[in-house]
Amino acid sequence: MTTATTRTTSTASTASTAGTASTAPSARAADDADHAHAAAAAPHPRVEVHDAQGWFALCGLDALTPGRGVAALLRDGTQAAVFLDRAGRPYVIGNRDPFTGACVLSRGLLGSAHGAPFVASPLLKQRFDLRTGSCLDEEGVCVPVFRSRIR
Amino acid sequence: MTPPAPIPTAPTAPTAPTAPTIVLAGHGMVGQRFLEALAARGVTAAARVVVLAEEPRPAYDRVRLTSYFSGTAPDELALCDEDFLSSHGITLHLGDPAAAVDRERRTVTSRSGRTVGYDALVLATGSYPFVPPVPGSDAEGCFVYRTVEDLLAIEEYAEERVRNAAGAGIVVGGGLLGLEAAGALRGLGLRTHIVESGDRLMALQVDAGGGAALRRTLEAMELEVHTGVAGEEIGTDEAGAVSAMTLSDGRRLPAGMVVFAAGVRPRDELARAAGLETGPRGGVTVDERCRTADPDVYAVGECAHAADGTVYGLVAPGYEMAEAAADAVAERLARYGAGVAAPSRPRMFTGADTSTKLKLLGVDVASFGDAHGTADGALDVVYADSRAGVYKKLVVSGDGTLLGGVLVGDAASYGTLRALTGSVPPVPPGTLVLPEGADGSRESSGGLGPAALPEDAVVCNCHHVEKGAVRAAVAEQGCTDVASVKKCTNAGTGCGSCVPVLKQLVEAELEAGGVAVDRGLCGCFAHTRAELYEIVRTLRLTSFSALLDSHGREEARGGEGCEVCKPAVASVIASLAPSIGAEDHVLDGEQAALQDTNDHFLANLQRNGSYSVVPRVPGGEITPQRLIVLGEVARDFGLYTKITGGQRIDMFGARVEQLPAIWTRLVEAGFESGHAYGKALRTVKSCVGSTWCRYGVQDSVRMAIGLELRYRGLRSPHKLKAGVSGCARECAEAMSKDFGVIATSSGWNLYVGGNGGATPRHADLLAQDLSDAELVRLTDRFLMFYIRTADRLERTSAWLERTEGGLDHVRDVVVHDSLGLCDELEALMAEHVAHYRDEWSAALEDPEKLARFVSFVNAPDVPDPTVRFTAERDQIKPDLTLLSGPDLPVRTAEDAHGTAGLEGATAR
Repeated sequence: MTTATTRTTSTASTASTAGTASTAPSARAADDADHAHAAAAAPHPRVEVHDAQGWFALCGLDALTPGRGVAALLRDGTQAAVFLDRAGRPYVIGNRDPFTGACVLSRGLLGSAHGAPFVASPLLKQRFDLRTGSCLDEEGVCVPVFRSRIR
Repeated sequence: MTPPAPIPTAPTAPTAPTAPTIVLAGHGMVGQRFLEALAARGVTAAARVVVLAEEPRPAYDRVRLTSYFSGTAPDELALCDEDFLSSHGITLHLGDPAAAVDRERRTVTSRSGRTVGYDALVLATGSYPFVPPVPGSDAEGCFVYRTVEDLLAIEEYAEERVRNAAGAGIVVGGGLLGLEAAGALRGLGLRTHIVESGDRLMALQVDAGGGAALRRTLEAMELEVHTGVAGEEIGTDEAGAVSAMTLSDGRRLPAGMVVFAAGVRPRDELARAAGLETGPRGGVTVDERCRTADPDVYAVGECAHAADGTVYGLVAPGYEMAEAAADAVAERLARYGAGVAAPSRPRMFTGADTSTKLKLLGVDVASFGDAHGTADGALDVVYADSRAGVYKKLVVSGDGTLLGGVLVGDAASYGTLRALTGSVPPVPPGTLVLPEGADGSRESSGGLGPAALPEDAVVCNCHHVEKGAVRAAVAEQGCTDVASVKKCTNAGTGCGSCVPVLKQLVEAELEAGGVAVDRGLCGCFAHTRAELYEIVRTLRLTSFSALLDSHGREEARGGEGCEVCKPAVASVIASLAPSIGAEDHVLDGEQAALQDTNDHFLANLQRNGSYSVVPRVPGGEITPQRLIVLGEVARDFGLYTKITGGQRIDMFGARVEQLPAIWTRLVEAGFESGHAYGKALRTVKSCVGSTWCRYGVQDSVRMAIGLELRYRGLRSPHKLKAGVSGCARECAEAMSKDFGVIATSSGWNLYVGGNGGATPRHADLLAQDLSDAELVRLTDRFLMFYIRTADRLERTSAWLERTEGGLDHVRDVVVHDSLGLCDELEALMAEHVAHYRDEWSAALEDPEKLARFVSFVNAPDVPDPTVRFTAERDQIKPDLTLLSGPDLPVRTAEDAHGTAGLEGATAR
């Protein structure tokens, strides 16, 4: 299940995660560092995902727009779609749309139905539950789900 | 009843038919209905059908004749197309009416001398206009009001001879036809008099009170009404043209033209000459199967003196007669063994309901049942509001049975009341005439919903559909909306006046069946798109989440919204952005999160995740230099190019991170976003027009460019396409567009609601002969009214069909400003035009927006390895093998592992 952790200002954990993830987005890391430096107490949280090798930082939280997604590369070379909902919770699922084979789920629109957050594929509009990866419009179809958190 | 004689092949028929021949004399509305009824019974397949018609054009909708003056082209009134005739093997001779009948030899001879033998002859010759014997009534400038040709002549004379001389027009006759004619003259810009010899207007339909209400309303429109007087003499000038009319009270009305619309008389001369019996006031006498005294001759419509002793001048009874006659003819053929099935329950015509509901000069007038209270002991219940021009009277019997009524100025309850006629309404009659809300209820018809109607109440008079049939269509045949009920039962497909009641019935039935009628936009909003538009506009809401949390369904508040409402609300906010103070770029602030992927990347997503790019080419006009730029950009980025149907160039295969670089080049060369990705104006297609074309009458390219630049970037419920043709040859296919413009010798005709694609629809003429400024003004209003009231993803064609009142209503609103909205609509469009900015150049200047155009948030320089291309016909195409492989193994968070190592995906 997806874990939504509360934001933390611990720069130590971010640094250690970034270290694990070898060359995590350097440009953005530098931006964030500058920003943190300029406003000493300001947090610069990151979105982390849990893959086979453990937690790893994908991007700064400020790279995400609530209600939208971005594509990200995982360490094994597969693609993930990273979303942020209105409440600030992150979700990470596979980016590949199983109906068309195209890696586009990150470009779909976020929604919620009966409390369940979902993304609608931008190609043929099938919806996938962001917590379980299962398709809401066709039984038996699902996409990978990754644990994620904000640190 | 005399058994019908078998039909032998007429031995004397000069054309020597092998199949039986049916001759129809007259091709008006009833004649056409008769042909359709024959076709429906398979008669046309078994018999030869020959039609002799007087008018130069096939049957048209005479009831809507006057709509010609509000912009309906004569061709749009047509009821019969070439396909119908040819597919049923019907021969139609236009301009060649039947002139003589030889009943002995069973032949008809036409005016041109054509002789046709018949086995059955059907007279549908209609009526001729009655011209009172006023001296001078044959002078130049005197007209009748019956045919399209009459209207064309009236229009030409009024425009060339009367209007310029600031002359007036006189209509003789204050009945239905007279008021239509008066509306026409007024519309042609003439000061108009109505001269009616009776004591009130529309004496046949309304009583004294109704007539008075009507008169006040018409006088407020500056029509001059003279009742209780007749025309005494028509004066002429030296050239013999009309100059005035003297009335029976001695007054003299100066006028340049006179239109006689004082009723009609049946055209029965053919029957008289053939020795057939006619009624005391004319009309060929027929029995309930519409047979004359000669069993081989039938008569239907206005030329018939029906079995109940009435000569009907309305189309609905004519249609019923046509059906009865078709049954009778089919039965004869069946007996003759012509391969036609005999109707199981042949229809009889024994009389008809003459209920009518009309809109005359914008005033609703309706009468139904025993409108004049002629029954013994009939009592009146009257509501009158002289100031508002409303008059309603119900006629009830002593026991409370509703017998009939008259409605003037407000006929909203007509459908319900007509259907209740003959029963005791479940509420006191007084409640039924009070205006809405007068008794504190918000229900129409004084609290009476359709539930109050008895099962056998006739809801649709034109097609005689009872309430029970409508309910059955919903309950048993699975219809879930008005459109499907119309298709299933035919109800509402005639004059359309019953559609509001039909809608209520369908909704009530659905609700009763446990089907919640939810007109909400989606699971998040119970409001329609049009309602959300009003909420956003009036509350000046600029944020989706604010709208969702304040106006969403209870369970959806605080949620995310969904893929349906987010783009729809984004579109509404974008349409209104300048006037509600919203950020004006679709990627600004929260709006960015609402856009479909196409709007989000300002490009069109294709099947492999790549995008296509379409720069605007206004009107399809492009310089060689710009054409070269497009070629160079496509070449340099390796894009596939194709010419679109909207006269521009689509470049495919761009990866998301290439879009800014591509557009930098395009913007440098002066290109702008073509909005091919948006629910917005796409293109205004044009032909070369009068500049180059030897047929062109106006500069269509200039107009197309002007319109495209005016409406570019306008967000709407669905995409908008337009076209401008430089002449009536219509090379730009403007009639298949949401709005189309066709040049005329004196200006532009504006057509709306056209569509191509899977459900083609020819656009309807909204207004004609417009100047440049008038065209733009009406288009502004039309588009803004559409944007304001349409549903999500509802093209103008579907919107026009769905809108209550259809084209007439839209014309009332945007041309005649019946809702007083036009100033506001124009102001909204002016704001749009003033605030337009190219979305791509604005995006290129904003680093925050550009930051989104990356392949991967954590590897912006790594192209998506699944977006690859192979070659075909010297260009690229998506390499789908990369997409069609086995699905990635489904992983849960616990056992996440993957297929590693797609090329380019270096570890970060």
